[in-house]
Amino acid sequence: MGQQQQQEGPVPMEEDVKMETTAEDSRHLQHGFSPDYLKLYYGRLFPFAEMYKWLSYGNDGKHPGCDPSFIARREFSFTLEHDIYLRYLSFHDASEMEATIRAKCPHKIDIGAVYNVEPAKRTAYSGAGSDRVFSPVERELVFDIDMTDYDDIRNCCSGADICLKCWPLMTIAIKVVDTALRDDFGFEHILWVYSGRRGVHCWVCDARARRLTNEQRTSITDYFRLYKGNENTAKKVSLVAASLHPSLLRAYTDVCRPFFEDTILLNQSLLTPEGNYERVLDLVPDDAVKTNMRDRWQENRRSSAAREDVNASRWRQLKQTLESKQKGQALRRCVEEIVFSYTYPRLDMEVSKHMNHLLKAPFCVHPKTGRVCVPIDPQKCETFDPTTVPTLSQLLNELNENEAKHSSINNGSKTRDLEKTSLGRAVHFFQTSFLDPLLQASKAEVAAAYQEKLHESASRPTLNW
Amino acid sequence: MEFKTATNRRLSNAASTGLYGTGVGGAGGGASRLSLYQVAPCVEVSIEEFEQFALDRLRVLKAIEENRARGRRLEEVEAVVNDLWRKHMRTPNAADAHNKDMISHFVLRLVYCRTEELRRWFLGMETTLFRQRFRSETPESQRRFMEECKLPYKAINTTEFEAVKDKLGQVARSLNQPLPTGMVPFEEVPELVASRRVFLQRGNAFVPRDQLVAIVSNHFRARLSKALVLTNRKWTATIAEEEKDRLTPIVEALSTRYLGPDYSQLKSKTTIGLQDLDSLAQRSFPLCMRHLYTKVKEDHHLRHGGRQQLGLFLKGAGLKLEDALAFWRAEFSQKMGVEKFDKEYSYNVRHNYGREGKRTDYTPYSCMKIIMATPGVGDHHGCPFRHFSQENLHAVIGGLRLNAHTVDDIMGKVRNHHYQLACAATFEGVHGCQCDGINHPNQYFEQSQKVLNPQLKSGGDDLDLSLQGMPVVPNS
Ligand code: SF4
Ligand SMILES: [Zn+2]
Repeated sequence: MGQQQQQEGPVPMEEDVKMETTAEDSRHLQHGFSPDYLKLYYGRLFPFAEMYKWLSYGNDGKHPGCDPSFIARREFSFTLEHDIYLRYLSFHDASEMEATIRAKCPHKIDIGAVYNVEPAKRTAYSGAGSDRVFSPVERELVFDIDMTDYDDIRNCCSGADICLKCWPLMTIAIKVVDTALRDDFGFEHILWVYSGRRGVHCWVCDARARRLTNEQRTSITDYFRLYKGNENTAKKVSLVAASLHPSLLRAYTDVCRPFFEDTILLNQSLLTPEGNYERVLDLVPDDAVKTNMRDRWQENRRSSAAREDVNASRWRQLKQTLESKQKGQALRRCVEEIVFSYTYPRLDMEVSKHMNHLLKAPFCVHPKTGRVCVPIDPQKCETFDPTTVPTLSQLLNELNENEAKHSSINNGSKTRDLEKTSLGRAVHFFQTSFLDPLLQASKAEVAAAYQEKLHESASRPTLNW
Repeated sequence: MEFKTATNRRLSNAASTGLYGTGVGGAGGGASRLSLYQVAPCVEVSIEEFEQFALDRLRVLKAIEENRARGRRLEEVEAVVNDLWRKHMRTPNAADAHNKDMISHFVLRLVYCRTEELRRWFLGMETTLFRQRFRSETPESQRRFMEECKLPYKAINTTEFEAVKDKLGQVARSLNQPLPTGMVPFEEVPELVASRRVFLQRGNAFVPRDQLVAIVSNHFRARLSKALVLTNRKWTATIAEEEKDRLTPIVEALSTRYLGPDYSQLKSKTTIGLQDLDSLAQRSFPLCMRHLYTKVKEDHHLRHGGRQQLGLFLKGAGLKLEDALAFWRAEFSQKMGVEKFDKEYSYNVRHNYGREGKRTDYTPYSCMKIIMATPGVGDHHGCPFRHFSQENLHAVIGGLRLNAHTVDDIMGKVRNHHYQLACAATFEGVHGCQCDGINHPNQYFEQSQKVLNPQLKSGGDDLDLSLQGMPVVPNS
């Protein structure tokens, strides 16, 4: 199988997973993770069949147009215990994939691109003058949105921590990106996954998305890029055009403004303590307005309607001032800029730009939290609660309890273990709302491509340089 | 020049070299003059035409490069390209023009497929050429061309337009551009997508008319880029070997063929003296030569590649043989003694001046040739913009006392692989005046001299290769 331990330079991964070892094992148990649990998880719960079907994209050998080498050319990489990292693994079939994962028990599985040759055999092709340079040929369009990128606007927690006060930022991101991917770019087969800790991943699996060039991928990520700048620039969202692009306008009216006013503003107390409101005022390019607001807010009077949230009333004041201001031009976009600064999605650009970037597979278990990377339904993403995502220990408990209950009535039923746990629902959702429609489309594509090939080879002109 | 059509020597005997595809002859007439060059023409070509057509096209491409290097505005370049095209690609019989276009393109594909560097250059120049030619077509023939090539462009009808009118208006207004007239898959217009300069709906990008040129030339570029890689494979796999007695030498010579003024002859009055070398090196040598000059002064030695590059340059700049011998002897003998030098190295110097061996007068290297070199460990030849690491180059440029903006500009050009443009920018920084582009180290030298000694008369100015009429520098 050509597995070997490889350390091939900086490896593109979506997050930095440092696995602690024995010293912390006791804590892992509390957090729902341990290597032993993981073995059981791969042994009894991990949805191998569904994953394999997904990554085969209809190349199941049932149609003459199927590409039997397709899945074997997909790169997988494993992170084992003690940070041992294996890249360029590939599997010929479902059983090899299943057996290897069970044997190696990876703490993390990453999925890479489909290459022109089997990644495990890549060295045979890399020699100079070789006709086939080892290179990626297709890859889902992926996005990684991580809460740490929002640190400058979170007042509740920072770094790797998340809570229900900041999670709505992810909800906004899912809604905005999902809608644009469908309505603007015409994609249909989109999978959202909880990253297990502090963010979400998105897999766009349409054939058209998988074949995008790096340049086209970059253009899409740029299309979603509003937030620019660094630690040293206060103003990170700049809207200069005379009117918002239709895609931004839709994001603003449908998602960002309502979420900002109803949720983020209050959750994050954006306008209450001085430190917080100063950061908002930093985004106002007009000193008169700033002074005016400071004067009104420093006294800390709850003059107006005491029952209304202070943040909300202050926002109304600021908005009125900005919108009434005669200066127009300079301040015209300021309200939108503030709202977007605090809500518009921030993508980790690097992950999306290159075909050969790796991204953690769905249904992995995050070793720090023990939580499973379950799919998120974009249509109901506001109800997704990262604090109730099943953990490894919880799943194993459920399995035990279920078996204890049913051991007496051994009627030889063939229920899969996974359906005895709360993971069952997640896998069911994956199957019905993502996998089934995807496979239907993939098979149609395999058949269509086959027809076209037949047709083409009949009318092919001669060689050409 | 006379054109022979069918000679016995068919250019390509069968599809192995692949000049045969579906025929373009026959119908000919009314079809668009433009081509995406998808299929090689099925015609017989004489070896003479093979080379001549390629050279003619190469003149157009090189001139485009120079015009771009000068930072000319698009309309200016467009005018020049049309003139050049007419001048070099004309055929006695108008009906043959299309064939000449096709043949010359496919020959140059062979010439320029062989390294990444060459491919990039060819791709850039051919795309510019194509863009300008497409631009000057009428809207009707542009439309026909896009249909013929099955480019994924669709005009929008009134119902479609009405349905998204407001949104199109939002985009058009915010960018101050006309309303879209057609749509293409979003993949076609990555720059517009990236900057949100198009309205997107279900995978379609709505584009105004004036974007057509960009879309079509992107297509051209993408296809040619792929084709070049394939051609390279075929070249290495079969063609180079099969044609090793016939086409291969021509193809190999064409890529380094230098079309500028001829520096091989010592122009009678153009001489420089030994005593001036130090100051000339400081003030007027391009970086590649300055580096070699410094190295030979430091190490009292240079390996073969460096000796050739610097030696021929000095010859072209007007250093007489006796002075050249004195120069090399003075340096080398410090390490090896005069005798050894006279025994082992003087032959080489004389050889370069055509006084030994085959008695050919060797030509100073052009930038293209220097840039294509592959200096190894211990070698100092090559082009610093191409062969130095970023840090080393930065250090060298830093020593020129240019302002920070110029340095950034130079380094930026290098990062984008525009070595000669970087060299021209360096020239401008050092001399504080405009530079028309650098193609040859000797041209750099002579231009520099012209700027530093303005009283010297300059030569003519021939449009063909623009840098051409180099001033004559008398011995001072
Ligand atoms: S661009 Fe030409 S002249 Fe300039 S340094 Fe390079 S080789 Fe020398
Ligand atoms: Zn929080």
